[in-house]
Amino acid sequence: MNFETIVGLEVHVELKTNTKIFSPAPAHFGAAPNMNIHPTDLAYPGTLPTMNKQAIDFGMKASMALNCDVARVMNFDRKHYFYPDNPKAYQVSQDDRPVGANGWIEIEVDGYKKKIRIERVHLEEDAGKLTHSDNGYSLVDLNRQGTPLIEIVTEADIRTPNEAYAFLEKLKAIIQYTGVSDVRMEEGSLRCDANISLRPYGQEEFGTKTELKNLNSFNFVRRGIANEVERQEKLLLSGEKIVQQTRRYDEATGQTMLMRIKGSANDYRFIDDPDLPEIVIDEDWIERVRAEIPELPDARKNRYVSELDLPAYDAHVLTLTKEMSDFFDETVKAGADAKLASNWLMGGVSEYLNAEGKELKETPITPAGLASLVKLISDGTISSKIAKKVFKELAENGGDAADIVKEKGLVQISDEGTLRKVIGEILDANEQSIEDFKNGKDRAVGFLVGQVMKATKGQANPPLVNKLLLDEISKR
Amino acid sequence: MSNFTKEDIQYYANFARIDMPDAEAEKFATRLDTLLEFSDRLKELDTTDVEPMTHPLAIVNVLREDTPEDILDREEMLKSVEDHEDGLIKVPNILD
Repeated sequence: MNFETIVGLEVHVELKTNTKIFSPAPAHFGAAPNMNIHPTDLAYPGTLPTMNKQAIDFGMKASMALNCDVARVMNFDRKHYFYPDNPKAYQVSQDDRPVGANGWIEIEVDGYKKKIRIERVHLEEDAGKLTHSDNGYSLVDLNRQGTPLIEIVTEADIRTPNEAYAFLEKLKAIIQYTGVSDVRMEEGSLRCDANISLRPYGQEEFGTKTELKNLNSFNFVRRGIANEVERQEKLLLSGEKIVQQTRRYDEATGQTMLMRIKGSANDYRFIDDPDLPEIVIDEDWIERVRAEIPELPDARKNRYVSELDLPAYDAHVLTLTKEMSDFFDETVKAGADAKLASNWLMGGVSEYLNAEGKELKETPITPAGLASLVKLISDGTISSKIAKKVFKELAENGGDAADIVKEKGLVQISDEGTLRKVIGEILDANEQSIEDFKNGKDRAVGFLVGQVMKATKGQANPPLVNKLLLDEISKR
Repeated sequence: MSNFTKEDIQYYANFARIDMPDAEAEKFATRLDTLLEFSDRLKELDTTDVEPMTHPLAIVNVLREDTPEDILDREEMLKSVEDHEDGLIKVPNILD
């Protein structure tokens, strides 16, 4: 029997506010343990939580960017549970009236486009962080307790591990463009759980699902889903039943392992939080937030294709992060040819960043600097080979490509007389190659061009060398 | 109408980490039944035109600017926990 894979994702995104969602304690990653705590975060007697306006704005902004309807009236609920990561014994979340609902984003994967519906976006508080030890106790850091989160819940629209990957990539880009979060998985500001089930093709109702946790990179999400699908398929084929449970992905083995049996939703005993009055959002508020949403990845992608004539692939890669896309825009604004700038950003620049493990903003490369390099290539001042040398200099010390070229005497040699003289010398020294060429060995030309380039330290204009070389050979 | 069983009581007591011997659980089951019966009378009211209420006070939009303020002194906070180590709170291991 063949089964259809059904996946829904729950993505938690930490919002980049200065303070926590219900208290004025600072909310940022990397502080010393238990330093950023307000009595409200611990629900000490006599404390009263007060809603952070910025967190609501951010929640609305993300909802709008994800094509959701934004709530006109919303409230907060308490979700009860006992675990040392939260001394309040309840998490404040939104149960029945979330900030956003009924959204979607479009993904493009394996050659097709598809809309993934978003059921809801709700605001909630994060919990503290637990470090488990082997000797019988755990260590608790409550700095994260009360950090604002949005949870984005998709409909069960995802059908393949690749679709899940594409969804996350797109979601991350959109959220990053809105500026409401850093969306860094390695710092925990983006976390993802996957609900996975199988059903025979043609069957309407969903099978029993399992929830997969501990997915610490988009690649692990893809692999974890693939592995869980395989596990469920084996069980179903051998006539066994899927048990609803939470499983964790083990990065070392690539397998999923049982975490705990999931209870029913009633166990959380949701109640309206009596400490937090309703939030009423009017048209003015909505319009103010909407005006702050910048051009989003899809709009940029379309602009790059229609206005700058970039291939769809380039447009996709360049818009994956706002940093890269902003850099590209600035480079083109500084006068660079769009396609050449794109080639450099996706090629030389990305290679350099990967090799150094750096982000663009951590290097001295500026859009003006890259534009100056691209311009020198466009007008034939330097060859692409020399450009690589100049780029290395730009990447390490910044500055302007024209200055580097002048300083190091790297200007391309396009003077026919100079080149003919060099070519003449090379031909004199390589008569065998001329003979080979005349006997039909085309490769001999490549060798001779290489010799000319070597003699000119890579500064000769390659197309011109090619042309002049053939001309000189024909004279012999 | 009898709704609560001894097992229900023990199920919920477990959430609150309360010890609940059988005899007590039975007692609470009866008492909660009485309470539930009482509150069930509210269902007899006609609420057709009554707006759902989520908060007893008619106030909305109590909001705060996103500005950091006074926080808890860590040493002070750690006085209220049973055990700690290097600024972290030490709790019994609870594994998933």
